Amino acid sequence: MMAVGILLLSLAALLQFFASYCRSLIAASSKQALSPEVKDVTGLTKGASGEDFARVIQLLHLCPERPEDRSSVQAIAAYFRMISFLRATLARVVPSIRAWTEFERAQCAYFAAVALDRRIAFSRDMLAQQMDT
Amino acid sequence: MPGPLGYTIWFLGALLEVSVVVCAIARHSLRRYLFLNLYMAASFLVSVGRYQILNHFGLKSTEYTYFYFYSDVLLTICLYFALINLYVHVFDEMKVATMVRRTAVLLLAGTAIFSYFVVEQSSGRILTHFVIELSQNLYFVGLVLTYLLWGAILKLRETRTRLIQLVLSLGVYFSVFAATLALGNLYPNLQLVWGYLAPLFGCLLPLSWAYAFWNHPEESRLSTASLAVIPR
Repeated sequence: MMAVGILLLSLAALLQFFASYCRSLIAASSKQALSPEVKDVTGLTKGASGEDFARVIQLLHLCPERPEDRSSVQAIAAYFRMISFLRATLARVVPSIRAWTEFERAQCAYFAAVALDRRIAFSRDMLAQQMDT
Repeated sequence: MPGPLGYTIWFLGALLEVSVVVCAIARHSLRRYLFLNLYMAASFLVSVGRYQILNHFGLKSTEYTYFYFYSDVLLTICLYFALINLYVHVFDEMKVATMVRRTAVLLLAGTAIFSYFVVEQSSGRILTHFVIELSQNLYFVGLVLTYLLWGAILKLRETRTRLIQLVLSLGVYFSVFAATLALGNLYPNLQLVWGYLAPLFGCLLPLSWAYAFWNHPEESRLSTASLAVIPR
């Protein structure tokens, strides 16, 4: 009984810490403006929405990985799935959650677009280095 | 003996532990977050030691069992002080570092006394039982303290990105481990939990700390209002 209680409390704490951690990753990248070419490629000319996330992630997978952002992209993808699950379940019963989940999903899409921007710049740098040598 | 997957996770964990210290040195933050880095360095050394003993004596040997549990309690105490170090950073402007450290030592002593009373009735090997009990209790104390620290960060509107991410990573790590320990108590024969999941989750902390040191300079700031899951 005690172990079940500890398990439930730990899982509740885990969810809260994980959500806050992902929001800290998103907040750190939200200040960065997207380059015009990434806006064009991703179609995020009028801001991001949750529906863009899958497409931006697909584009992200086409670029060579930056070791620095691999773990954060995975964390945000897990957070996006969590929020989408909430949207598909709880948000149907509590409509006020719907707007919040949509905002969070849009933030995740913007984070992915910023990561894409960084990967493109990284690939360009690598190419320039290869050309020099 | 652990299988190839077990060794891979182990090796990855040790590599990530070193990478935290390397990232901290590269970003000139070794002294600022000394206890965090000491914990990571100690974790790496313990990993090397465990590997050596495992190779010499085997997984089921008494030597490996003793080394595993005794080193685990030392690492948990190191992690506890790393957490206290984060408290000192958060309450930096209040000039209460000495009080925080004294309270931390008292809390550690209290946890040790509580653990002793829990295992006092054991028939034999009381020290070994005490070490295991203390380690588990410190994880729960760590989880509660990290939760309180997160509350203080939100209340004090702490804005240092790196510090916030270090604390949140620690919160994720403690809660995952507390859940794993509880799961282990519920299902003691679940080898998947002890063999693979626990070491895999153990990689999360060095990974996120290395990320925080590498990607966010000490000057980087963010608004805590955007971090609370329930908007403030």
